[in-house]
Amino acid sequence: MSALVGTSKAHSAGRPIATSQIFFAMLRRDMRVARRELPFFLLRTTMQPLMLMVVFGYLLPKLGMMQGNYTTTLLPGVLALSIALSAVQSIALPMVAQFGFSREIEDRLLAPIPVRLVAAELVVAATLQGILAGLVVLPAGRLIMGPIPGLELANIFQVLAVTTIGAAAFSALGLFLGCAIQPQQIGLLFSTIVGPMIFFGCTYYPWAALSKVPVLKYAVLVNPLVYLAEGLRGALTPGAPHMDPLVVTGALVVLLAVFWTMGLRGFMRRAIG
Amino acid sequence: MSPPRGTDIAALVALDRNIKEGEFFGLLGPNGAGKTTTIGILTTRVRATSGDAWVAGCHVSDNDVELRRRIGVVPQRPNPDRGLNVLENLVFHGAYFGLSTSEATRRAMDLLGKFDIADRVASSVDALSGGQQQRLMIARALLHEPQVLFLDEPTVGLDPQARLALWTILRQLHADGRTIVMTTHYMHEADELCDRLAIIDRGQLLACDTPEKLRAQAPGTTVVEIEVEGDVAAAAARCGAVPGVSSATVSGNSVRALSDRGGEAVPALIRAIEGAGARVTNMNLSSPSLETLFVSLTGRRLD
Repeated sequence: MSALVGTSKAHSAGRPIATSQIFFAMLRRDMRVARRELPFFLLRTTMQPLMLMVVFGYLLPKLGMMQGNYTTTLLPGVLALSIALSAVQSIALPMVAQFGFSREIEDRLLAPIPVRLVAAELVVAATLQGILAGLVVLPAGRLIMGPIPGLELANIFQVLAVTTIGAAAFSALGLFLGCAIQPQQIGLLFSTIVGPMIFFGCTYYPWAALSKVPVLKYAVLVNPLVYLAEGLRGALTPGAPHMDPLVVTGALVVLLAVFWTMGLRGFMRRAIG
Repeated sequence: MSPPRGTDIAALVALDRNIKEGEFFGLLGPNGAGKTTTIGILTTRVRATSGDAWVAGCHVSDNDVELRRRIGVVPQRPNPDRGLNVLENLVFHGAYFGLSTSEATRRAMDLLGKFDIADRVASSVDALSGGQQQRLMIARALLHEPQVLFLDEPTVGLDPQARLALWTILRQLHADGRTIVMTTHYMHEADELCDRLAIIDRGQLLACDTPEKLRAQAPGTTVVEIEVEGDVAAAAARCGAVPGVSSATVSGNSVRALSDRGGEAVPALIRAIEGAGARVTNMNLSSPSLETLFVSLTGRRLD
């Protein structure tokens, strides 16, 4: 059983195309689309974190219903939340649409590049968007909440490293989710995955404080947001309670590897029948 | 969504033959025949569970990256990049194939002009009509100058005018010497455009030849459709007994008779119908066609 279309010999091979050239062309495409949709991107990814900071970091302390130094806990947590949400959404939502009904990813799947690199490019693009969300929310948070007790920018490289690895891990998670869910289930993504992840992701409280509820303290360790939030706490507000930065970095790298493996498997399944 | 599994082996069985360079090859069959799966395998988008296929000198699974470089694919439903405008769709596609922006833009403008959508370069793809979107898909598939062009049911959902415009484009591409593989479930389209046709159904190859030779294989030679007023069943029964008529069936309020003697059987058929107490109100003769061949091979109509 065989089929032969055209010629049996490879002829007119033309000049070879570097894989990196195609990879960067796809990245340029994603950046072009992201730039065009920037206002919507910012609204989508930063509205919720900004509102949280307005209420919990500005309003409640001002009304005397919350201690002023709560902002020390809140800022890294909300920053982690913005990076994670932005990275997940930047890849999961387009994947659901493009594999589900618009099929527009097919042009890239038919490009002369290994299919797994198309997935890798999508993760890189979403990682960049996660970092961008962090770059917007950090100064905005400082503006909204005023001076943050204990905030340091001395460990800027640590901040960038945690942000980058964290954003990549959440992008890979987004790849997995985007390939796994059907368009009609998109609401479930937020109610059953993103919602619990936000509330049990040590965004509003440091992990160490959960010692009072030991079951929860260990249960939340399955939540990837915990490591990003605690990692940013360790880098931005090192004087406040936080997880060991080495543990956090290790956990984020492992999560990145696990999510990438799962995401790639899902992507390949959707991309090649 | 991935195509249904399990059909891929059969689809490849159906294409157990070679398509020559410069040939316009058609895969004709009803929905679910395995046409799209076959195209999927040949364009590296579906993995074959067994068998081998080479396209433009490349094996579909061992050399898929190089193969993709040598083919252009026009999908069944237009799938332009909705984040980009018309020109960007082509220029970025060119970039995925290693073309510089200036070269891709030059080729894009040339193709858009040829396909009569040059005035829409800056439009959002959503603003294009169905026919324009399909032409954009063909322009995209041609931009990197592929050796083989695959089209999967390219005229489905197009109005007659857009379909004819597309036929003109495809004829021109064929005249330019390009190898084209097209699936369709429109008999007439396959007949009009293709050098050679494979008729497939449920993953099995039923026939493969030039449209002329396939038509010559069609049984019953001529289909005589006679609209009848009165007892159609009785009229059909009498028609079946007319010499030279191989079968006569009821189709709505008409009798469909397969005549081996062409139009010669017509007077006898009219007498038979009148003999059954019915009256002939209309009549239509069609010469042997791929449609009659398909019906004889599968026992059912194509669409």
